[in-house]
Amino acid sequence: MIKFSDRQLKTPKLMRPVYLVTAGQSKFDRAIPEKRTEELCVDALTMAARLIDKSPAELKSYIHSCYYGHFADHFGDQLLGEAVIHDRLGLDPLGNIGVKTGGATGGSTLWEAVKTVASGYSDCVLAMGWERMDEVPTDEGNHLISCAADKDWETPLGHIYTGYYAVMAQKYWQVFGKEEESFRRTLAEIAVKHHGYARFNPYAQAPMDITVNDVLNSPVVAYPLRALDCCLMSVGAACAIICDEDTAMKLTHNTKNKPLRIWVAAGSHTLRPACRRDMEIPLLPNESPDQYADLGERFPGGDRYPGFTGFLAARMSAYYGYRMAGIVDPMEDLDVIELHDAFTISDVQTYEDVGLRPYGYGRDYVESGDCYHTNPNTGEPGKLPSNLSGGLIGCMHAVGATGIMQTLEVASHIWNRWAEIHGDQKIWDEFGREKPDDWTDLQVKDAKRALAISHAGVGSHVTATILMDPDHLLKEDA
Amino acid sequence: MSIFGTVRVKNGQYKIKGDFHHITPNMPIRNEEDGWKLMGITNPRAMTYMHSYGGEAPFFESISQGKILGTRCDDPDCEFKGTSYIPFRIHCPDCLSKNTIVDFTDICKNTGTIHTFMVCERFGAFNTLEKPIKFINVEFDGISTILMSYLSIGEPEMGLRVVPIFRTRNPTYTITDLSWVAEGVAEEDLPEGFTYG
Repeated sequence: MIKFSDRQLKTPKLMRPVYLVTAGQSKFDRAIPEKRTEELCVDALTMAARLIDKSPAELKSYIHSCYYGHFADHFGDQLLGEAVIHDRLGLDPLGNIGVKTGGATGGSTLWEAVKTVASGYSDCVLAMGWERMDEVPTDEGNHLISCAADKDWETPLGHIYTGYYAVMAQKYWQVFGKEEESFRRTLAEIAVKHHGYARFNPYAQAPMDITVNDVLNSPVVAYPLRALDCCLMSVGAACAIICDEDTAMKLTHNTKNKPLRIWVAAGSHTLRPACRRDMEIPLLPNESPDQYADLGERFPGGDRYPGFTGFLAARMSAYYGYRMAGIVDPMEDLDVIELHDAFTISDVQTYEDVGLRPYGYGRDYVESGDCYHTNPNTGEPGKLPSNLSGGLIGCMHAVGATGIMQTLEVASHIWNRWAEIHGDQKIWDEFGREKPDDWTDLQVKDAKRALAISHAGVGSHVTATILMDPDHLLKEDA
Repeated sequence: MSIFGTVRVKNGQYKIKGDFHHITPNMPIRNEEDGWKLMGITNPRAMTYMHSYGGEAPFFESISQGKILGTRCDDPDCEFKGTSYIPFRIHCPDCLSKNTIVDFTDICKNTGTIHTFMVCERFGAFNTLEKPIKFINVEFDGISTILMSYLSIGEPEMGLRVVPIFRTRNPTYTITDLSWVAEGVAEEDLPEGFTYG
């Protein structure tokens, strides 16, 4: 049993309000041989400028320092790729730094950007993330990803990261899912949902009109996970512009973007799941100390926390983030979210870690219909729609860009610009993708508050990015 | 003639012999749908690294000899004194004092139980394990952590008692030298090179 001190559990505090002003992204795909990474980053920054009616040069003139998220140098065989991008974006002589925290790299890049503005060091910063996962074939790519595990104790075991992750999925499947066929179908529903929402997103890599049975009949990767339960391997870039209040107001004057308050909190946990030690569950504001006392009775084998079934880092990012921003109950206080659906089952695990449902009951978030844009059980709007971008399963997982793409996605709802950003025929044509005849506007009506979870590997790093319309804050001094 | 790169340490320095990289020609990548225009280039990379096990070296030596070494914090001032670790941790994660190396072979043999597992149908480049890979996480009495490894014989299930086997003949000195089998497998049925130690 390990413990944490009160100092370690202190609620983080930003020294001044920080705003997301605009964001942009490139096309995402398994391979983009016609473009260098810098071209994708230029595409993202140009889009961010366009959303606030600025030229790239005008927008750049506001930027004071730069934060670059790029996880895997060895994929691109280019050390210090950040310097290449910074130069090609023409941002010299500004200070810049690279950020890498595995799958959470995008979220961590925003974390650094927000803290920089909050501290007063900069009034306007660029957070740009990208990944280039098409420079090696899939087998070699799997080896390179497995190098993010412990190189002596894990990587030699198959050189396949899925294996290190999937042991946790298996534990959750048996302890909390009780190996029920109904739960297996719920997992498949998540894949159907995310590939389905990707159909309405021109940036998305894997739009599919599929059924639960298609998922259940796809090849087994690591039972019970099948190919369609797994996230994508992608190429692409995304960026965000983070500012103080004065700069945010200047940059968005007479534009469709309202500056959004932004907070980012981060948690971590052992790189090797093997090294997890038992602890008490850190409670979120909507949980009580006694509600998990009999968890092991309700779910035999589930009394060991975090064991192999919970992501402590995700729990801690919510623990810090909710308290920073005044969120008490995420189901009531948030309007739209993007979660890190690396696998369908880890999506469910995350519902519990971030408090959408208590531990053990994550599946209900799907089965209730709450997670959908339109609740399939009632035909009414879903209570808290998730991953309308298509997520990592349907849209992309260009690692360094993922957390930023998620943030743009949820921001587009609060800006009430989802249809414009995703429905513009010119974008579909530019990407050579066919806009479906049944294209549907997934704008979440009156969205005011949102969350994006960016997650690394087996849970070594997780960030929670929270956005709010500044006229709908939950806490005066947040 | 090309020979494998080999390394030894003398006077605190690496002494290398043989080839540590192989030059393979770059090849153009062309677009067959657009007049075979140049799109890029292949960049072959075959290179041998020199990697130090440092303070974990005793563990990787021990599994080639049929033993499992772990560590324990014996610092009297540590709040978590007495906590034992497999995987081997050189330093206590709480007080950062140097842990004591302990031979946990008997505990592993007598109490190893599958905490969770996964049968993985896929693997990455450089994999040397047989497919499908039966990943297992093994818990032990009195040990605070849960070792990741692989099951060579038996069908994995949670709670299954497993015993360690060791690649004592032609060891690779990697974590793959340690594997597990269900209880009761005859030594002559173990995979080639493996023994019960």
